[in-house]
Amino acid sequence: MNVAIVDLGCGNVGSVAVGFERLGTDIRLTRDPADLLAAERVVLPGVGAAGFAMERIDALGLRDILTGLDKPLLGICLGMQLLFEASEEDDIACLGLIPGKVRRLEPGPGLPVPHMGWSRLDVREDGAGLRSGDYVYFAHGFAADDGPYSLATAQHGRTIPAVVRKGNLTGAQFHPERSGKAGAHFLRAFLSC
Amino acid sequence: MPAARIIPCLDVRDGRVVKGVQFRDHRDVGDIVEHALRYRDEGADELVFYDISASAEDRSLDFDWIRRIGREIDIPFAVAGGLRSREQAAACLEAGADKVSVNSPALERPELIGELARDFGSQCVVLGVDSLARDGAYFIHQYTGRVDRSRDTGLATLDWVREAVDRGAGEVVLNCMSRDGVRNGYDLAHVAAIVAAVPVPVIASGGAGAPEHFRDVLLESGASGALAATVFHDRIIHIPELKEYLASCGIEMRR
Repeated sequence: MNVAIVDLGCGNVGSVAVGFERLGTDIRLTRDPADLLAAERVVLPGVGAAGFAMERIDALGLRDILTGLDKPLLGICLGMQLLFEASEEDDIACLGLIPGKVRRLEPGPGLPVPHMGWSRLDVREDGAGLRSGDYVYFAHGFAADDGPYSLATAQHGRTIPAVVRKGNLTGAQFHPERSGKAGAHFLRAFLSC
Repeated sequence: MPAARIIPCLDVRDGRVVKGVQFRDHRDVGDIVEHALRYRDEGADELVFYDISASAEDRSLDFDWIRRIGREIDIPFAVAGGLRSREQAAACLEAGADKVSVNSPALERPELIGELARDFGSQCVVLGVDSLARDGAYFIHQYTGRVDRSRDTGLATLDWVREAVDRGAGEVVLNCMSRDGVRNGYDLAHVAAIVAAVPVPVIASGGAGAPEHFRDVLLESGASGALAATVFHDRIIHIPELKEYLASCGIEMRR
């Protein structure tokens, strides 16, 4: 399996890359459109801010490539948020591939933000290699609205889509590469979807 | 709320794990990757690696050991010690770290926190503080990695933590210096005061000596996690048993 990991030059692609390498996957860190077209799977990782990431996508000329892919694409954390229509973070339009918006998580007593740590999943639909009750690692201050595309959710003040799927697109709000065995199962399921 | 996190802290010097009592008399306790793997296998939720000498000696981090850990473990980890620039933080994250923790250099130049938060997101930026009581109030200490440079900044802990979070820190590791390595319990009142002051997760550090100390800080202070070193390194507390005990006390644990 040949996996292209999009390196926007704005964040943490290192741990995503080793997450796949641990599974014996042949990965390529790239920002070259030709690599994305040639790969069997594309991964859009990302930490950092939505505005800067979208700027980089446009500056590198990747918007049309990413929106036009018909092979499996996995967005991780910020990479998942970019698949939606818009984000409150930097108040920007995103790739618009999945209906819905990304909103700020509101802190409260007993509810710190960012949502940081291991949260329990509720799995609504099989197919992502995860089971209800699995704990996976989150680190984010913004989250997409829950909706019909949620395959698995977690709770942090509100219901947070932890995994979304629409057609060839999968998004993970959590960090599979840092989620122990459950995360590895999820990555394996993506490689075989 | 996520499960409460149990976080072993590994003090690193020259790629080896070391541990001192009240920041002094460091002794070698072993190889860094071996320790990381052992804690991962035992169910640690996260690891923190402090390069204890880097900040005080004005040298930057050696990124090779970060890469070794990043390859081996599949749980999150933070790296701390002497990070002074966006470039150094980027190199840590590139090497596989999930978060960077800033302490003394952020006190030298508070703008550093905002620069890191802007480029990498607040969830990557941890504020480490070393806090010590004097005349009934808590103050921030700087350069605590070295006895000869460690100093009281005169800055109130509450004020500095609030400022750092306003600047973009996404988590606070509060180390209560008087408790470090002495194993008589976390400083619950101090942790609770910091939890109440900021919206971000607060990790309690300093003082763990018995499972009851973890129970108390997680039930009573509002801390999102508890960090410890000595009790884990010296195998006084075994993480699987600790987590079973805490779960039996009604604390949500990842197991």
